[in-house]
Amino acid sequence: MRDVYVIGIGITSFSRLEYPLVEIAAYPAIMAMKDCGLTKVDHLFVANMGASRLNHQTALASAVVDHLSLCPAGAECIENGPASGASAIKAGYMAIASGLHDTVMVIGAERLREANNLEATDFVASLTHPLAEQIYGVTLPSMAGMFTRLYMEKYGVTSRHLAMVAIKNHDNAMFNKFAHLHEPISFEGILDSEDALTNNPMVADPLRFYDMCPVSDGGACLILASAEVAKKVKRPLIRLAGVGQATDTHCVHERKEPTDLLAVRGAAAQAFKMAGVKPSEVSVAELHDAFTILEIAESEEVGFFKKGQGHIALAEGYTGLKGKLPINPSGGLKAKGHPVGATGVGQAHEIVTQLRGEAGERQVKNAKIGFTTNFGGFGNNVVALTFIKEK
Amino acid sequence: MAVDLEKLLRPVDNPAPPFPPKVVTLANGEKMVIRQIGRDDIPTILPFVEPLIHVERDYYDIVAARLYAELLGYYRHRVQDEYVLVAQINGELAAIVNGRRVDPKVGMSYHTLSLKRGMRVGAHAFAAKMEYHIDILKQDEVLIVAESPIGFRRWMIEYKLEKRFHIQHELGGVPSFSLTRELFERARGSLIVGSRPVPKPLLEKAMAAILPPADPPKPPFDTLAATRAAYDSTGTALRIQRRKQEKGK
Repeated sequence: MRDVYVIGIGITSFSRLEYPLVEIAAYPAIMAMKDCGLTKVDHLFVANMGASRLNHQTALASAVVDHLSLCPAGAECIENGPASGASAIKAGYMAIASGLHDTVMVIGAERLREANNLEATDFVASLTHPLAEQIYGVTLPSMAGMFTRLYMEKYGVTSRHLAMVAIKNHDNAMFNKFAHLHEPISFEGILDSEDALTNNPMVADPLRFYDMCPVSDGGACLILASAEVAKKVKRPLIRLAGVGQATDTHCVHERKEPTDLLAVRGAAAQAFKMAGVKPSEVSVAELHDAFTILEIAESEEVGFFKKGQGHIALAEGYTGLKGKLPINPSGGLKAKGHPVGATGVGQAHEIVTQLRGEAGERQVKNAKIGFTTNFGGFGNNVVALTFIKEK
Repeated sequence: MAVDLEKLLRPVDNPAPPFPPKVVTLANGEKMVIRQIGRDDIPTILPFVEPLIHVERDYYDIVAARLYAELLGYYRHRVQDEYVLVAQINGELAAIVNGRRVDPKVGMSYHTLSLKRGMRVGAHAFAAKMEYHIDILKQDEVLIVAESPIGFRRWMIEYKLEKRFHIQHELGGVPSFSLTRELFERARGSLIVGSRPVPKPLLEKAMAAILPPADPPKPPFDTLAATRAAYDSTGTALRIQRRKQEKGK
């Protein structure tokens, strides 16, 4: 297989965007083309989850390729729930590694503002099992609430640890102009003061308001290329060195141990093995923290910490921006935002920015190896990526 | 015979107890002081409201325009029994709420304008307004409408307001809802929070001056974006319009 490089990146703000979905997809693509200087690509993969249901738009890739004047490049959509973004990157990787194409544009785009919060929650819940989960009113927050309760009982995670994740990621997002939330929060405001329960009400016990990611619109883009093309482009050489994907049971209750995220474990192991690196060598990671507990759980499953030790490492500042292994320097889904289909591409955008040394005030020192986990369903379809900065 | 028209045009306010200042801790730990201001303070805050009339986002334009008129009406004695509360963080204006007494039993909520977004700033200020009507003025209900989806979610849904569609609200045609004393009591301690007395240094800081908001809401990049997104989801009409404009040049 051929080596694959990320040569161009672009992103929109992850917030409430008052633009049509096609423009949300096109804007970061234009930025990415400007970034690497290419005006043509061989193929487009467009990651999206809700266009047909929320935006009354199908075949989004066909609209985007024409909007960008990139015809006759091939174009197709990738829908894999909240892991659509990383799945599209994986498709792009395969296209180049196999020799089918030399340049592939991977776009993630989502416009959720058509839906109010209840509709958005219902929309995302449509990825659960229709007969065993969905009809009983299961939502992703409720699933995460049950998962968190088990995790607390088994490993000693507390509400304070969850708040630490939220505070850390809100603080990181303050340095990210593309982040949805630019609101620093504090223990006093969300946990300790008399008014905290109003500021931070319970949503799905034990998860509170600030344990949840916002509902965001947004788009992000990577341009992937073969080594031959990458060396002609005068940008830092960032290699997409490892790609892993694994699945788990559709129904969470069918898992032998509900607190184990085996798909995360499997996808990460593949992505590390393929890249030839160990979890301990990673400089910076973006983990899929749609709920604060997920950052802690995933940090253990991917191999950064032993099972049950993630919250301890967090409390010791290990995962902070100035810690030994910064996690979610972008603000993560928690504060940067979660435009579901675009999230995985947004995570990769952050890692490439970090490895290039272009992250400004949130720059992780000497970042050489970056890692992402894009979590679909409630851990039933996970894609992990490893990026390496080359000299 | 000379007639003093001003006497006819100017309503006479009924005496009302003042709103005792309170302090609320925000999610970021900052302390927000909510207090009542008088007519003399209105010229200070009008310049902070005016720019928001041009912010076509989340109905800031409509709310700011109407609130501006209501504040002016209060200042120039053209509304009876109006009151204005402000929320301040480190002296900076964070929110304005206003309303009036219709009669001893019924209050009329006018507007809630957040000049600092997020952190439930507007929600806390609105809660203080409800507290003023129910706890301080001892009224039985407050009539409320919402102009924005955010307002609808904050007031109608969170407080589970009762419908009063047969009553015309003073703000116009949108259906009226009501916060009754019973609903208020249910929300006490959960939505209605804050403490009194306000620590002296905090109150002194708030009373010293109403400072301009540090980061007020700004217009979106494209002032027609909201309309365009609603009626032209693919952006085609806009591109045709731009081409026509370019050809015209």
